[in-house]
Amino acid sequence: MSDVPMSHILFVSTALFFIGMYGLFTRRNMITMLMAIELILNSVNINFVVFNKYLYPEKLDGIFFTIFIITIAAAEAAVAIAIIINLYRSHRSIDVEKASEMKW
Amino acid sequence: MTASAIIFYIIAAFILGMGVLAMTTRKIFRSAIWLLFSLIGIAALYFWLQVEFIAAVQIVVYVGGIVVLIIFSIFLTQQSGKEMPKQPLKRLVASALAVVFGFGLTYLQIWKYDFQPTAKSFDWTVANIGAQMLNTGAGGYALPFEVVSMLLLAAMVGCIVIAMKTQPATNGKINEEEKEKLKDEPAIEIIVTEISEL
Repeated sequence: MSDVPMSHILFVSTALFFIGMYGLFTRRNMITMLMAIELILNSVNINFVVFNKYLYPEKLDGIFFTIFIITIAAAEAAVAIAIIINLYRSHRSIDVEKASEMKW
Repeated sequence: MTASAIIFYIIAAFILGMGVLAMTTRKIFRSAIWLLFSLIGIAALYFWLQVEFIAAVQIVVYVGGIVVLIIFSIFLTQQSGKEMPKQPLKRLVASALAVVFGFGLTYLQIWKYDFQPTAKSFDWTVANIGAQMLNTGAGGYALPFEVVSMLLLAAMVGCIVIAMKTQPATNGKINEEEKEKLKDEPAIEIIVTEISEL
């Protein structure tokens, strides 16, 4: 356990965060953008668990934040998908460039 | 290098590889499947960190819930075999540069900070987590717990309202076409008769 330095685990979470950012920048389909957001939230969860385990092992706050983030991510995904399906019904497309009524 | 370290590097490579594939493939259904594997890899990382409870929650909520939801919505809105349109090269290069520099800057800070892990062992148990989550005293998480439960209820009601099909207004009258349609459906008549028997 201790033979992997903490910075290597943080490397994974940082890289995952920026992979998600890349997806959010390049994708224009709403469902794939939602997937990118899920990746970003997961990288934050890894950070919380690692900091809790290695730096403050007598507390449990990182675990709680992870549980709450997972819960809120589930609620957010459900609402986002309801909105996407509703948008698909009215526009026949889920491309963000085509949903421009509220742009200005 | 011990076996534990080797397992960690395998898991890390798996997570990052699947994440990159999920964000770069142009077929949306494959993207969802790569995302599924990446999330399973993250659950494996939690197992490696010996926080099995979070790993189980990760598998149940993300792999069993969110990815299934995403796949359903893909089936409802897309032809899943079709490729997504290509993005302009300028956008790809600009985002790749932004991401690489952002990663470099962030990781440089982490690397220079030199975290010092404590030697104490991390002893969580599900009983501890449950006791602290419902504790109203100092360090308790009872209030966020209740707020999150209200949030879930609100999200559930909101999803139903948003995704519900709106019926055209009939002002209480059913026009002739719909009457014809209703005649063909025996299920409604059975329900109506059952209700009148009550």
